[in-house]
Amino acid sequence: MSSIPMEYGLLLAGALFALGLIGVIVRRNIVFVLMSLEIMLNAAGLAFVTAGAKWAQADGQVMYLFILSMAAAEVAVGLALVLKLYHQFRTLDADAASRMHG
Amino acid sequence: MNEVFYIAAAVALISTVMVITRLNAIHALLYLIVSLLAVAVIFFTLGAPFAAALEVITYAGAIMVLFVFAIMLLNLGPRSVAQESQWLSRKAWIGPAILALVLIGELAFFIARGGGRTPSAGVVEPKQVGVALFGPYLLGVELASLLLLAGMVGAYHLGRDWGVREQESNRARERKSERAGE
Repeated sequence: MSSIPMEYGLLLAGALFALGLIGVIVRRNIVFVLMSLEIMLNAAGLAFVTAGAKWAQADGQVMYLFILSMAAAEVAVGLALVLKLYHQFRTLDADAASRMHG
Repeated sequence: MNEVFYIAAAVALISTVMVITRLNAIHALLYLIVSLLAVAVIFFTLGAPFAAALEVITYAGAIMVLFVFAIMLLNLGPRSVAQESQWLSRKAWIGPAILALVLIGELAFFIARGGGRTPSAGVVEPKQVGVALFGPYLLGVELASLLLLAGMVGAYHLGRDWGVREQESNRARERKSERAGE
């Protein structure tokens, strides 16, 4: 079943990660930044699963599970922050919150 | 099997490019869901059926629903009705629908081939994953539970309705200034 060369899987993971990174850098809407973060985390999980499939070991999928739970926790806090930002500044522009209060 | 991987990889890349170039958040979300489903198909072709199922259930299911809720919460007021009709236009869903149809075609191909249960050397069964997870990685599971608890507490703290308290403090300040004026 794993007749696919590992390089192609890792290449795809790298491409997806790069796209997510571009999204984080280019977009200023904070919802899009969060989505791009999800893409990057997903690409990291893909790299782990690809490596796990190469040696037919379960460790890759275990690491993927940890990444999954981390993504869930991150997105819960992130979206709460998005709602907070919107209520405070009435905008989703990430640059609106670039100044600190202290 | 290789062709399925390449097609799913192409779908994932195209939909991810669409995610970071869309202007409307809901359109981007539709493409993001298709991208995650494509990655689930890739997991399946790599011989990781458990990871594929979790990708669909947790990523494309739970996390994306959270995103939809948040975006819906941000669009309160009469503006949202006009936006709703705009979101349901053909242009919005035709792209993700075509990409999802490609993935459904791949799923049909798997089923026609006699299901995914063909025993082969490369497949890592869910049982192996579970044994590894609750064996050598038990500490990691405990840490993940701690992380999820922290995430829950943090989200509750941030999402709390602070409005009531701010109003009260504003009122107290007004009272104080009135007293000072007297």
